[in-house]
Amino acid sequence: MTQSPEPLLVLDDIHTDIGQYHVLHGVSLDVPAGGVHVLLGRNGAGKTTTLRTIMGLWRAQRGRIVFRGREIQALATPDIARLGIAYVPENMGIFGGLTVEENMRLATAAGTFDTERLARIHALFPAMKQFWTRQAHALSGGQKQMLAISRAIVEKRDLILIDEPTKGLAPAIIRNMIAAFREISDETTILLVEQNFYFASSLGRGVAVIEDGRIIHSGSMAGLAADPDLQTRLLSLSMAEAH
Amino acid sequence: MSTALERLGGVYLLPVLLAALAFVAIGSASTWTTLTVAGLAMGMMIFLMASGLSLIFGLMDVLNFGHSAFVSFGAFVAASVLAALSSWVSGGSALLNIVALLAAIGAATAFGAAGGWFFERVIVKPVYRDHLRQILITMGALIVAEQLILAVWGGAPIAVPRPAVLTGSIVIGDVPIEIYRIFAFLLGLAVYVAMYMILNNTRVGLLIRAGVENREMVEALGFRIDRLFIAVFMAGSALAAMGGAMWAGYQGLITPAIGPEMMILVFIVVIIGGLGSIQGSLLGAILVGLVANYVAFLAPKLSLASNMLLMMAILLWRPWGLKPAVRG
Repeated sequence: MTQSPEPLLVLDDIHTDIGQYHVLHGVSLDVPAGGVHVLLGRNGAGKTTTLRTIMGLWRAQRGRIVFRGREIQALATPDIARLGIAYVPENMGIFGGLTVEENMRLATAAGTFDTERLARIHALFPAMKQFWTRQAHALSGGQKQMLAISRAIVEKRDLILIDEPTKGLAPAIIRNMIAAFREISDETTILLVEQNFYFASSLGRGVAVIEDGRIIHSGSMAGLAADPDLQTRLLSLSMAEAH
Repeated sequence: MSTALERLGGVYLLPVLLAALAFVAIGSASTWTTLTVAGLAMGMMIFLMASGLSLIFGLMDVLNFGHSAFVSFGAFVAASVLAALSSWVSGGSALLNIVALLAAIGAATAFGAAGGWFFERVIVKPVYRDHLRQILITMGALIVAEQLILAVWGGAPIAVPRPAVLTGSIVIGDVPIEIYRIFAFLLGLAVYVAMYMILNNTRVGLLIRAGVENREMVEALGFRIDRLFIAVFMAGSALAAMGGAMWAGYQGLITPAIGPEMMILVFIVVIIGGLGSIQGSLLGAILVGLVANYVAFLAPKLSLASNMLLMMAILLWRPWGLKPAVRG
């Protein structure tokens, strides 16, 4: 990824086991502050495991994770979250039995909203205002994804980890997401796991490619987007075709 | 059709339908009223025992087979307090009657909360996320708890004095209704309302409801679910002890098996109500209480099997229970 003197997040030789499987084989990655940084890779390459390891949801057996100069690999998940890292999992992690408002309120530290910020979120995702009192299980897939992202930005975060936000979404919603992510990345760094290369290349400043639990490429997204051969070699034909 | 039924009350109509069917089958209004009140009172006492277990199950996926120990301890602690205050219990002063009653319920509840804290820290915490060990160790703890009760109170049945203010009946029309049953129903209802208010109107309640749905996501939002779980475990154990105290007064005679005997019904309530759901627990408990009383009158030979059959029927219809906190 783009080199910066002081990366916001550093993964240094991270090894993670899930049960008996050794999934991450020494992931090393720098995420500079600002913009959207994309982690690409095929199914089973270790993208989700990398995000979950950063959040402490799975423990790194070896290696260091440094966020804003502080080692966090031994911290509990809630402590990592309180450092200013939000996580949007692949399944969105929406609480279906809670209303949209309750889902959002839960993500605030004190249980109260910053009204100005909330108004910006409502402007970004009008459906959230429209369905404010509706139970989240009644939302459509796209609306749930909007809620998951709204929840992640309901308070200022330094880093948002987002796992495949476009999965199963209609093209029109994906275009809205691109606009929303551009606006969010003005104030927050985003580490995005994605398989949709169109979406990733529309947003990404930096990119890393993971394969079999190792980073096999990192650099600028512009460089990767301009090089179809590199895309084919790194990401397999199916992902390059999506471009 | 199903939307129309939901609008009318959905699964909450079940106890009403059950009561209506029973009315037709029993054919006597006074008998039906007596059985219905008994069923509601029994249901509320089982609700006290089951609601905490349901939240414990839902919030941390912990299979606590030792829950019935708190029912037993609650019964014996309450019996001891009532025996110690026997002059107040049987005296003519309604105020002293009530003080003795509150002391017994309060002591049982406090014992349940303290025991719950110890149980969670020492027995359950080391086996989080390991169901097999949870079953083994909590059943082991239950055996130890029963032996403790035997050692302290002995194996002989103990009579539980009922405060004079709760003895006897009031007559409505020509139907006598036991005062203790009314008290048990009202206490259970008060606990339900309190739990509902806490779960739906407080920050802690919001966290519990969210944690029941997706524990991991609550942690990813920055909250220590394990600390919340201790509080829920203590509250659940305290409610089980309160239920045990009430059941002891209802039965009038208790043995160390009082908790395990109730546990089958408690598990049935948790299962048919839906894990992690207070509304489900209440609904399940009322159904179990009503079915137990109606069937005991109409078909005594089916009495033991009745609630098993109820559970099978509901699970065939709704495999996740009547009002699960998390939809499958």
